[in-house]
Amino acid sequence: MIDFHTIFEQYKEIISIAVYGTAVFLIIIGLYAVLLKKHLVKIVIGLSIMDAGIHLLFVAVGYISGGTAPIFSPGNENAANTMVDPVPQALVLTAIVIGFAVTALALSLVIRLYKHHHTANIDQLKSLKW
Amino acid sequence: MVLLIFLIAMAVILIVAAIYSIVQKDLLFAVLGTGVVSLILSVFFYILQAPDVAITEAAIGIALTTIIFIITIRNTTRDEDKYNDDYINRFKSDKDA
Repeated sequence: MIDFHTIFEQYKEIISIAVYGTAVFLIIIGLYAVLLKKHLVKIVIGLSIMDAGIHLLFVAVGYISGGTAPIFSPGNENAANTMVDPVPQALVLTAIVIGFAVTALALSLVIRLYKHHHTANIDQLKSLKW
Repeated sequence: MVLLIFLIAMAVILIVAAIYSIVQKDLLFAVLGTGVVSLILSVFFYILQAPDVAITEAAIGIALTTIIFIITIRNTTRDEDKYNDDYINRFKSDKDA
């Protein structure tokens, strides 16, 4: 691994503002696309971006300043004292795969709506039954 | 100092790619913008000491998500505003009548 420890200690505030700000910005812009865009594919894109922001926020919350990757290796049995929190990383690893499944399901519903109504604009989808 | 500039540049590219994928009217380029977002995000995960999450995000976020979005765009429309004009014109004619 590249040694990021010294620069993380030196510029702790700037880097934490950059990472947390990026995560919150991704969540906000994904929410904007989900709420205000008219095209169904654009809504699914917004859902995917919001998912990415939540993943970045989780991993950033689990980070400990100066920590190492949560890997035990021979000769380094005391790594539990210095590693970052592995629980949010395990949760995010599961959430990435579930997010992919949710995106695939939403896109298959978009394709079926388009085949039936010949439009992907939500303003034109007014029927209650399809 | 070089690493700090690299990190800030990564954050700026991530934000610009996210905005681009939302405001772009051509949906194929918007989907490629989400691919760039996933690429930079995997670099962030590697910097935050989560290499397994970085590998998974690189595989699923860049390759598989882009592929299923492109399949959807092939089966639907590529232009975001293709049906908006028809809808607006119909609304105007209803209002005039």
